[in-house]
Amino acid sequence: MKIAIASGKGGTGKTTVATNLALLLGERGENVVYLDCDVEEPNGHLFLKPSIDRRIAATIPVPVIDESKCTACGECVKFCQYNALVRLGKTVMVFPELCHGCGGCMLLCPQKAISERDREIGIVETGRACGVCFANGRLNIGEAMSPPLIREVLRQSAAAAIAVIDAPPGTSCPVITSLRTADFVMLVTEPTPFGLHDLGMALDMVRELDVPHGVVVNRAEAGNIDAESFCAQRQVAVIAQLPDDRRVAEAYSRGEMVLTAVPSLRRHFETIWEYIRGQVHA
Amino acid sequence: MKIAVSAQEKSPQSPVDPRFGRAKCFMVYDEGTKTWDAIDNQQNLQAAQGAGIQSAATVVNAGCNVLISGHCGPKAFATLSKAQVAVYAVQGGTVEAAVEAYRSGTLKRLEDADVEGHW
Repeated sequence: MKIAIASGKGGTGKTTVATNLALLLGERGENVVYLDCDVEEPNGHLFLKPSIDRRIAATIPVPVIDESKCTACGECVKFCQYNALVRLGKTVMVFPELCHGCGGCMLLCPQKAISERDREIGIVETGRACGVCFANGRLNIGEAMSPPLIREVLRQSAAAAIAVIDAPPGTSCPVITSLRTADFVMLVTEPTPFGLHDLGMALDMVRELDVPHGVVVNRAEAGNIDAESFCAQRQVAVIAQLPDDRRVAEAYSRGEMVLTAVPSLRRHFETIWEYIRGQVHA
Repeated sequence: MKIAVSAQEKSPQSPVDPRFGRAKCFMVYDEGTKTWDAIDNQQNLQAAQGAGIQSAATVVNAGCNVLISGHCGPKAFATLSKAQVAVYAVQGGTVEAAVEAYRSGTLKRLEDADVEGHW
C-alpha cells in the first residue's frame, strides 16, 4: 500500500504527518518505509533521525553525439520536447541539464550517431529509523530535473508492505511523480486563505489523477471553520484536525516526533491510519 | 552582414521586445541588400523550457552575425557565442532605431549573459 502526503502550499505539515504516521505504523509492527520525495529540500531525516547505511548516485542518461557520424539532419532536434538539442548550421549542440533522459533521440537518429552517458543529478540515501525503513533523495544544487531522482526514491519501497511518501509542495511535475503510483493521497492543509487556495489546486490535481484522497487540517483553531466549510463545498472528507498547539511547534523546533512529545495527539494519527486502511481495502 | 533584433511586431517600426528567448518575433536587417525580413518565434514563445537556446539557433540558422535584444540569458549566450554571433543590448525604442544605434557604434556589446537562467 502506498500512501502519499501532499499539500499544495508548503509548510502546512506534510512531513509532520508523514513521519509520525510512519512511526505509528512501525510501532504497530507493520513493514513500513518512509520515502522523502521532497528532494529539493528533504527534512524527514531531521525527525526520524535514521542511520544511513547506503548512498547511491542517481543518474539520467543524456545524449552524446559522435560528430564524425552526425550529418546535422535535425531529426533529434525536432523530436526533443525539452529543447535539449539544438542545431547550429552543421553541428548539433547538447544541453544535458535540459534533457529528461527519454532516449528518443538515440532511437531515431538515422546515422546512429547518438550514444548515452549517465549524468548524476543527486543521491538516494537509505537506512533505518526506530522501526521504520527510511529513504530520501538529495537533488544536486543547481539541478532542475527532480522527477528522475524522485522515481529512484520511490523504487526503494519494493521490500515494504506500506510506503509513506512525503511529497514535495506544489502541483507540478515533482508532485505528480510522487503521487502517480499512490493508492491514497492525504492532503495536509492549514486554515488560512493561502493554505485553502492551494488545497483547491491540490484537489484538482488528485481528482485529475483519479487517486482516492482526504484532508488533514493542521494547526486547526477552535472556532475557525474555514477549512471545514471549504472541504464541505469541495466535497472532500476531513479525516483529522491537528490542533494548533505550542507544544507541537516546540517539539518540531527540536526535531522531535509529535507522537512522543505530545502523546495526547496520537489518536489523530490512529484515526488517519484507520481511515486510509478502510479506504484502500474497501 | 545580417542583424537580428527581437521585436514585438513584424515591422521595423515595432518596439524592441526586451525578451530574447520568448520574443514575439525577430526582425532581420540585411546590410548588403538593405532589406528587412521577419521571422516568427511563436513556437519558442510557448516552449516549456529551452526557449533561449532555440531562439539562438533560429538567429544563427538565419545567417545573422549580430543580435540586438533587451537581455540575454546564459544558455542563449553560450549558443550564440559558439556560432560567433555578437550580442548587443538595447533599452527600449524601435527595431529600426536599434539597428541605427548599432551601426553608429553606440550600442553596448555584451561580454556575457546579463540575466540569470530561468525555467
